[in-house]
Amino acid sequence: MASVRVALIWAALVAAICVPIALAMTSDLLKWRGTVYILAGFAGIFALGLLLVQPLLIAGYLPGFSAYRARRAHHWTGGALVTAVVVHVGGLWITSPPDMLDALTFASPTPFSPFGVIAMWAIFAVALLAAFRRRLGLRRFRIFHMALAAVIVVGTVVHSTLIEGTMEMVSKASLCLLVFGAAIKVMADLVRRMRAASRGTGPARQSLSRM
Amino acid sequence: MTTLMLNRRSLLAAGGSVLATGVSGRLAPAFAQGVAPTRSMPGGANNYRKGAAIVDRIGKGGFWMSGTVRRAGDGAPLGGQRIQIWAHTTEGQEHEPQSHGATLTDKDGRFRLEMPQIIPIFGQPHGHLAYDSGEFETVFLRPVMRSAKDKSLEAHFVLQPA
Repeated sequence: MASVRVALIWAALVAAICVPIALAMTSDLLKWRGTVYILAGFAGIFALGLLLVQPLLIAGYLPGFSAYRARRAHHWTGGALVTAVVVHVGGLWITSPPDMLDALTFASPTPFSPFGVIAMWAIFAVALLAAFRRRLGLRRFRIFHMALAAVIVVGTVVHSTLIEGTMEMVSKASLCLLVFGAAIKVMADLVRRMRAASRGTGPARQSLSRM
Repeated sequence: MTTLMLNRRSLLAAGGSVLATGVSGRLAPAFAQGVAPTRSMPGGANNYRKGAAIVDRIGKGGFWMSGTVRRAGDGAPLGGQRIQIWAHTTEGQEHEPQSHGATLTDKDGRFRLEMPQIIPIFGQPHGHLAYDSGEFETVFLRPVMRSAKDKSLEAHFVLQPA
């Protein structure tokens, strides 16, 4: 029975990410786009998908991972997220340098661009933060990471929602809602546990060490 | 497209005229500048290729770009003005030469050019237009389509002497 539950959770996660990607692959717009532009677009969709995986991993919601392995996977997924963003921005730069320059300098006419650019800088900032997390101290790292994660999630969700691109609308909205919901749930849990830990209750302290 | 410009000079002028005429007086003289010139839109000049040829149609057509060109101040129609048009279409990307073309306005200041269907690029279905002939100040426009399925798009120029 437990294994059925495990399989269902993983199947749901894979579907939540792969169905939007598969539907985007059927978009008419792809016919009129170059390879680099297509690659850049899908790197963006993939990055949106990774934003669903990240909170689930670190909160231990994905079965089959020990706490240690889940944290390692969270780091690797974070690295993949940075790579996906670099491919997304780099590919768009190659496709149309002036449009990308406008976006990066917040001079773009498209309302979604600043949200994407802010999310990008927040993603890079988390990667940098993670590299210095020992020096920062765990508590301070968690607070900074959580604040930046909120910026990343809101920025990315608004960015992708406003874009008229290859993604199919319903699957895009569903994935965005899941990303948003997962982030809120995991952050609320963490805040509750951090508060309990600072009050010094034993079990909360133990469960915190898992994160 | 007209934008209301509120800078210190116009504010002082308007404020001064209110003081001079009294609140019940005629406020029109403060805004006697008439039809305001169109300002270039952000991103309007992106992927511009100077000197696109005047053509009867860009590519195979199927989509209509149209608009008007008027003079700032009195709003008089400007005939014989060269308007350049480009976009990401079903026949080419924005920067590619086959996506560019130009047309002239008629005596009523109207222009209309058939081009391939515009499709969304960089997240928005949009076209680009330029007035860049020297007699008037250069203006770059970047109108956005209400729907990617639209078969036409409009843009209007109000030019001021260079």
